Amino acid sequence: MSVAPAEVDLPWSADEVTPEKPWLTLVWNDPVNLMSYVTYVFEHVFGYSRPKAEKLMLDVHHKGKAVVASGTREAMERNVEVLHGYGLWATVRQDV
Amino acid sequence: MFRPLKGGGASAWLSAGEATLLRTLVVSVMELLNDPARPTPPPAAETAPGGSTDLFDDLEKMFNETSAPPPESPADPVLARLLPDAYQDDPEAAGEFRKYTESSLREAKKYFAQTILETLPPTAGRVKLTADQARDWLRALNDVRLMFGVRLEVTEDSEGQLSALDPQDPRVAAFEVYGWLGAVQESLVRAITAPGSLG
Repeated sequence: MSVAPAEVDLPWSADEVTPEKPWLTLVWNDPVNLMSYVTYVFEHVFGYSRPKAEKLMLDVHHKGKAVVASGTREAMERNVEVLHGYGLWATVRQDV
Repeated sequence: MFRPLKGGGASAWLSAGEATLLRTLVVSVMELLNDPARPTPPPAAETAPGGSTDLFDDLEKMFNETSAPPPESPADPVLARLLPDAYQDDPEAAGEFRKYTESSLREAKKYFAQTILETLPPTAGRVKLTADQARDWLRALNDVRLMFGVRLEVTEDSEGQLSALDPQDPRVAAFEVYGWLGAVQESLVRAITAPGSLG
């Protein structure tokens, strides 16, 4: 059996608590991956339309990286694992 | 080069040299993924004679597993690219992620590579792929191309890099193979995403 901890005054006040920011799946530009292949992966993995997948692929290509999905940390980690299976350079981070 | 098949999938005719080249390259990626410096964990020890594996042993094992330091990213730059960090500026989170996913990612990549080995003709001949096999091929071809990309330090202008090389440079042949692999992969993407196919 255990004893519930006594109530303590937390060092922050309730009004400072903000809802957690969403987590993001990022894909980074890579000189090897073909543009057609990256578009295919975005369509296939995320179910995105061809125009949306192409726009994201071009964002990755021109801007060096793009956010391709957002949601819970667990879901973003699953995305990254799948994308690594496809050889895309993907990372997770929390939105700022 | 690949053409779409009715009902999804794709097919291509390969020369004996092309089939051998693909087999050799795929095997070298598989060997890299079998990095002996990071063996897959051995199967759990047999139950001690006379004694039963009790809860305490299980808990101790679990505790030891979870308290092991998270693995770092692979030292080989090709492996580091095939199995990249999932967190860029957070080594602790990257290590945790790697601890739980790296071995299954290695196994998945070996499985995709195995699909190529199993569907390649023994000599010159036709490769016929279902849609699922085509997806495995795309992923395994991409891993082979990543291996070349890292070793050759390829940029987006790989053709420019090739034409700048001295014709006697040993990397010329490798750049040519890299270009060919890209053309094969491109034709396979197009074949399985062609209108009418079920890519």
